Amino acid sequence: MMRLELVKRPQRSALFSALSPFIAFALTIIAGAIMFALLGVNPLTAFNIYFIEPISQVWQLHELAIKAAPLILIAVGLSVCYKANVWNIGAEGQFIFGAIFGSIIPVLFPQFEGPLVLPLMLLLGMVGGAVYAAIPAFLKTRFNTNEILTSLMLVYVAQLFLDWLVRGPWRDPQGHGFPQTIQFGDSAVLPELLPDAGRANWGFVFALVAAVLIWILMSRMLKGFEVRVLGSSPRAGRFAGFGLKRMVFFAFLLSGALAGLAGISEVSGAIGQLQPVISPGYGFTAIIVAFLGRLNPLGIVAAGLVLALTYLGGEAVQSALGISDKVARVFQGMLLFFVLGCDTLIHYRIRLVGLALTKPEGAAKLDPEPKLKEAR
Amino acid sequence: MDITVNILLTIATAATPLLIAAIGELVVERSGVLNLGVEGMMIMGAVGGFGVSYLTGSPWIGLLAAIAMGAVFSLLFAVMTLSLATNQVATGLSLTLLGLGLSGMMGTSFVGQPGERLPNLDIPGLTSIPVIGRLLFGQDPIFYISIALTAAVTWFLFKTRTGLTLRSIGDSHTSAHALGIKVIRYRYLSVIFGGACAGLAGGHLSLVYTPQWVENMTAGRGWIALALVVFASWRPWRVLAGAYIFGAIWVGQLHVQAINLQDFVDAPWVIYKVIAFLKSFPSQLLSSLPYLATVVVLVLISRNKRLTMMNTPASLGQPFVPDR
Repeated sequence: MMRLELVKRPQRSALFSALSPFIAFALTIIAGAIMFALLGVNPLTAFNIYFIEPISQVWQLHELAIKAAPLILIAVGLSVCYKANVWNIGAEGQFIFGAIFGSIIPVLFPQFEGPLVLPLMLLLGMVGGAVYAAIPAFLKTRFNTNEILTSLMLVYVAQLFLDWLVRGPWRDPQGHGFPQTIQFGDSAVLPELLPDAGRANWGFVFALVAAVLIWILMSRMLKGFEVRVLGSSPRAGRFAGFGLKRMVFFAFLLSGALAGLAGISEVSGAIGQLQPVISPGYGFTAIIVAFLGRLNPLGIVAAGLVLALTYLGGEAVQSALGISDKVARVFQGMLLFFVLGCDTLIHYRIRLVGLALTKPEGAAKLDPEPKLKEAR
Repeated sequence: MDITVNILLTIATAATPLLIAAIGELVVERSGVLNLGVEGMMIMGAVGGFGVSYLTGSPWIGLLAAIAMGAVFSLLFAVMTLSLATNQVATGLSLTLLGLGLSGMMGTSFVGQPGERLPNLDIPGLTSIPVIGRLLFGQDPIFYISIALTAAVTWFLFKTRTGLTLRSIGDSHTSAHALGIKVIRYRYLSVIFGGACAGLAGGHLSLVYTPQWVENMTAGRGWIALALVVFASWRPWRVLAGAYIFGAIWVGQLHVQAINLQDFVDAPWVIYKVIAFLKSFPSQLLSSLPYLATVVVLVLISRNKRLTMMNTPASLGQPFVPDR
């Protein structure tokens, strides 16, 4: 009988801090290989279809960027929340509300055209996401209500609201009864970056810019310091005069606005109209992206590309091997599990202990680093 | 009279999975662990229960499989948060995400297959008593389990020494550890119990409530169960009350969506008007009522900060690493 024992490191390990996402990815691959083998598919064939083929041509890289853009945009916002110990898990709903607010112009005022349309739509999208995120923030600060549960419940409400809009008041009268709005006009469509090479649009640029801005905010500005202090020790933050309630609002509004921007970019760029379902769970997958990227905006860019690949790979194995594209969700879930598990290595040393050796005198002799005890 | 009985029966059926999942989570949280993976464990129980019932032809074996599935899946969370001291919020979330994905993949071949429903209790002589017969002696077996479970958990937590120990761990794991209590072992068992309950709740969905497999069929019930624990301020009988209120809301909105206004022309004027008023709302608004009600209830209950602080297990959600 063996048992795990955690020994606290005197300080966080820089080595494992850098390595843990890679270890997690490697473990995911191993677990994925076992899963494919169980499904009766040669793991090498499956991995080739899943991870290599979807990014072997230039136009496919554009598809990757389309999928990665919303993930990165949402995840950099969430990283600020999680650093501040604010648990916004309703980004999916804020994404939807951003899409709805941004679509007000092309759906209700289709005759309004010109270069002003797009910036206004993007702005409205950010406002929509922020407004929707303000609800759990308000309930948290005013009534002390758990933000995890309220932000999540509001996702279901947002999905149903969008469903009502596109089946009811916003339905395209010439759409043959399909639940969708009219196609957006030309000036309401987010332009493609390199139309000759592929479909990737400006959404990806927004994502990169947002990542850099948030990185500057978190590492170079007082506000970022405030976020980190309040997140790791609210008491210390209070002594420093930082407002906890203001921080909850700041984190929610910022992440909501970015999720809203992602929503309107997706609708205006990749889809071109509102439909009952506009997201394959970007808001939830972005939670994984945020953690895989170690809550660091630049790490999140890399993590966003990896998770975008899991979406493309899922579609690829579905069409090539007939495996459900739910396999993507499984990969994403496993990845998050392994990342969280590997993060333990940053703060702790893991030892496997045989039960026979845990007797007090034996343990004392075997302790390799008695200094650690004093450090504690 | 018959309609009233029928409505009460459907409310009980809708409330049972909420009640079971919430009672399980209540024990977990009383031990100081916050497992946000209820939705994931529930959906795994649902797919496991349906799958095994479909393959073996016996919903009873399916029921056992649902329980086992939830328990095994929760073990994953236990190893991560208890042995590796990971962040409980993030780990619970990932359990939910993984469960939703895994169940979708495992259930692909079950979509659209007819399932077999667990039979209702039928005691000759008793079940046929008018009105109370069907309510007391004619429901599905899991309904009786859910009531017994509530009573048993109440007794265990508040009347036994082990229950007292469990609550003490939830309030201060460091003190409990200093007293020589095996904190991690207690928490492992609590988490697995919670998982088994969530699995059973999922099994109820796919073996009783709608005996078939539909992707994402839990539809947020796991999250509502989590909210119920807060709503009930960590007390089992209040969980029961909350589960029945939510069951009523869930069933009520479905009934309003399903009924035909024309059938009520002969009903009393007030009833006709009320139904017409409710029918005038879009169906999506009615569908979102359970979720909106959850938010409202959470706001009402957490408004009183002192009361919440008093009831919440003090070390809820904090990782614990025993120092030797």
